[in-house]
Amino acid sequence: MGTFIARRMLYSIPVLVAASMLVFFGMSLVTDPLSQLRLIPNMSQETLQNIIDRKHLDDPIIIQYGFWVRDMIFDGFGNSAIGDNPIWPDLKRAIGNTLQLVLISEAIAVVLAVILGVLSAKKQYSFFDYTTTTISFFGFSVPIFWFALILQALVTTFFLKTGIRLFYTFGQSNLGAANPFLDRIQHMALPIITLAYVNVATYSRYQRASMLEVLHSDYIRTARAKGLSERTVTMKHGLRNALIPIVTVAALNFGGVLGGAVITETIFAWPGMGKFFIDSLIRGEIYTLMAWLMVTAIAVIAMNLIADIIYGWLDPRIRYD
Amino acid sequence: MTDQQVRIDEALEIEATRASLDSVHLEGLEIQSLTQWQLAKRKFLQHRLAMTALIVLTIIFLAALFADWVAPYPFDVPNVPDRSLPPTLEGFHIFGTDKIGRDYFSRTLYGTRTSMYVAFIVASVSTLLGVVVGGIAGYYGGKLDNLLMRLTDLFLTLPFLAILLVLSSFLGAGNPVRVAFILAFLFWTTTARIVRGEFLGLREKEFVEAAKVLGASDNRIIFRHILPNTVGPIIVNATLTVATAILVEAALSFLGFGIQPPFPALGKLISDGQDSLTTQWWLATFPGLTIILIALCINFIGDGLRDALDPRQRVK
Amino acid sequence: MTEPVLAIRDLVVEFDTPDGVVHAVDGVSYEIYPGETLGVVGESGSGKSVTVLSALGLIQMPPGRIVRGEVIYQGRDIIGLPLDELRKIRNKEIAMIFQDPMTSLNPVFTVGNQIAEALTAHNEKMSKDAARAETIGLLEMVGVPNPDRRFDQYPHEYSGGMRQRAMIAMAMANKPSVLIADEPTTALDVTIQAQVLEVMKVAQEETGAATIIITHDLGVVAEMADRIAVMYGGKVVETGTVEQIYHTPRHPYTLGLMMSLPRITGEMKRLLPIPGNPPSLINRPPGCSFHPRCRMSEGRELCRTVVPDLISGAEDHPSACHFREEVADELLREAAATGIAAHGGSLG
Repeated sequence: MGTFIARRMLYSIPVLVAASMLVFFGMSLVTDPLSQLRLIPNMSQETLQNIIDRKHLDDPIIIQYGFWVRDMIFDGFGNSAIGDNPIWPDLKRAIGNTLQLVLISEAIAVVLAVILGVLSAKKQYSFFDYTTTTISFFGFSVPIFWFALILQALVTTFFLKTGIRLFYTFGQSNLGAANPFLDRIQHMALPIITLAYVNVATYSRYQRASMLEVLHSDYIRTARAKGLSERTVTMKHGLRNALIPIVTVAALNFGGVLGGAVITETIFAWPGMGKFFIDSLIRGEIYTLMAWLMVTAIAVIAMNLIADIIYGWLDPRIRYD
Repeated sequence: MTDQQVRIDEALEIEATRASLDSVHLEGLEIQSLTQWQLAKRKFLQHRLAMTALIVLTIIFLAALFADWVAPYPFDVPNVPDRSLPPTLEGFHIFGTDKIGRDYFSRTLYGTRTSMYVAFIVASVSTLLGVVVGGIAGYYGGKLDNLLMRLTDLFLTLPFLAILLVLSSFLGAGNPVRVAFILAFLFWTTTARIVRGEFLGLREKEFVEAAKVLGASDNRIIFRHILPNTVGPIIVNATLTVATAILVEAALSFLGFGIQPPFPALGKLISDGQDSLTTQWWLATFPGLTIILIALCINFIGDGLRDALDPRQRVK
Repeated sequence: MTEPVLAIRDLVVEFDTPDGVVHAVDGVSYEIYPGETLGVVGESGSGKSVTVLSALGLIQMPPGRIVRGEVIYQGRDIIGLPLDELRKIRNKEIAMIFQDPMTSLNPVFTVGNQIAEALTAHNEKMSKDAARAETIGLLEMVGVPNPDRRFDQYPHEYSGGMRQRAMIAMAMANKPSVLIADEPTTALDVTIQAQVLEVMKVAQEETGAATIIITHDLGVVAEMADRIAVMYGGKVVETGTVEQIYHTPRHPYTLGLMMSLPRITGEMKRLLPIPGNPPSLINRPPGCSFHPRCRMSEGRELCRTVVPDLISGAEDHPSACHFREEVADELLREAAATGIAAHGGSLG
């Protein structure tokens, strides 16, 4: 197992390097910082020159790449081009905020999905199965932003009709709230529901499919023939095998989720990675964007690694390749 | 044995065999054999949900395609006297009107047309690209496979939506075709993975070996033997890509980064109506419901296709 | 007259499919006596596996259903027993091994773990260490080398033959009275087959279990069985001792099977398969299900209309054919035509 982990980790390094190159050179292909900057009104020649110096914009691109990498590792991605503000502190805060949302919603989604998937598989063709299937299909046919909007509208209407504020539809917290913990939860609830809903739909289908396949396999028949109880057969022999795909999918998905909650965060004005990204994009802050991309790439690579390791731990056949 | 004896024996033997064969009756020995496509078609037709979805989708598709004739009003012409009407049969404003009197049913219809247009381009281009890359990687294997797979992995490393936003923001979007290609640029990786997996698996099968032994060229093997067997998953995946494309395109235009005016877009319609959700709820709701309906239909059809084309689905 | 240890009486099992109702098992009856080995022979689709799987309640119901019949073990009918009663019988009294040992073992648990589980499932008081020790003993009995190390290995680390040995160990763990082996060697190389059959014989000797071997391989059956039941189209068409079946078959199907075996001794000009195809289990031929492929049924109304019962003739050699006495003549005729030796009315 140890060598397995070491091998996987070693493999991640070139991917990281390749990703950094893709981000930097990709971004350079798509846009030219210099012309972007020139587009900004009221930019004095002095400021412009200052930016050029700081970001080595008149050096060959390879050199620029080198400086960027150095900044990334030693200086928290350096400062933004236009505002000359350090990138890392804001980015860090954004990461923290997004993690709050995402960790909770993923956890809820996985747990719910496993329960729903296993029950659906056990009771295949039952009313329960058809109902959950329909809800799932609905779940991955719904545009997230629309779902979020409807949730907001419902909660607001509820408030308007009854005067009770069930959840908050904007922002992260209200200053001076009586119970900050409850206040935070009230703010988090809607975005979490939104994120979780779509994931539950997808994951539960996965889980159902994988559970069905497992339940029809020969070793389940052997387990029954051994005289084990149905519960042991399903929970011990069945689930253990059926969990493998979903855990890996969830882990992989989780990596992407750091950068993927863009829409939800925008709609609920949650100050996380998504908002950070849109703001930088609108302002044309290229270096901030690149930092954001790198962070998400690192998150994905890290989660891929963890997913691989979890997969190896769960499925003994993989460890020996 | 003498020649005569051999001949007698042979005659007896032939007679015995022929007699046995004669007594082979047809009753109880019917084995209906259908071609793979006939089987698939039959299974699909039996899938009621998929068939219903197909019918609904066709209606929507045709309505959108012929929007110029079907829509009661043009897309972008204000009609102030009839502004802010909730859904009503009067004047056939079944989806209501907005603040300046534009009929939302027509707007939704035109928006649907754009979405479908984009989605089909995305699905075809990305499927084509995915099949080519995945096929090469899966068939030739080895270093080429490794290289191509690392490439697709790299694409997957960066967050989908973010890349889309960056690309459309800097490369300029607004035009449906441009948006379609940007989307296709990221969608092909899933198809590539699936096709590669299939090719890798099928390459090892005996019928490929047999073809090789018979002297078939690589091209012939790929096109004549392996590809037809992968058509099933490819079609299912392409169908689901259409659904995803519609959803993503809507998200992009909602955020203002995808298709932009003057081209109609469902996402933009929703974002226009987002501020007045509690008062003029119909503005954002109906375009959204349309998207859901289309995506649902496509998903059901995809499910039906998957059931129909999967040769391994058998009642044990 | 000893009592059979397991008796299947008039079992009828059907499956609902989109194409119609499949009559997989159509009134099957046979018995097995203590200590003997019964071979159940037939083609794929003859119902031989479904019979025993239904007996242990291992068929998916729906789409399957047991229409009628009894399976008598220790004086009671185990069909329709509530699940927790049935559980006590599975593996402890009646054990089963399956065809493909790779897919029959759970890939994520160690082999030792899975065998020990069979022990602890029926002996709640057994400690983990005791189970481990006994499992290692079982692995040794079935001839797995280094059982101590092998206990902690996973199924994919075992070879095909070893896996089947492990399955046998798992089945014999609680010293059942009946062992059912469903195509135990079909998925294995011929050389390994011989070894696994040896192991089965050893296991049988050690525990005195009655064994039912289900197979389509006539060679395996000749090697292992004392008595044989021949199945065709969901029914038993003939039962008898190994000698009776191989040398003096009394059913045209059995005769056809024996004639189709290539022989080492003597001269053979051609292979003699049974013409035609196995019957559809959904639209069964009227009357005797074998008649469409049977030379003897030519011009005979009876074969086409009336289903023959499994009746014993004078020699306590039951056969389900209207014209079972004629089979002997048919045997001689065909033997003469093909050059197969037939001495005194029985196949050499």
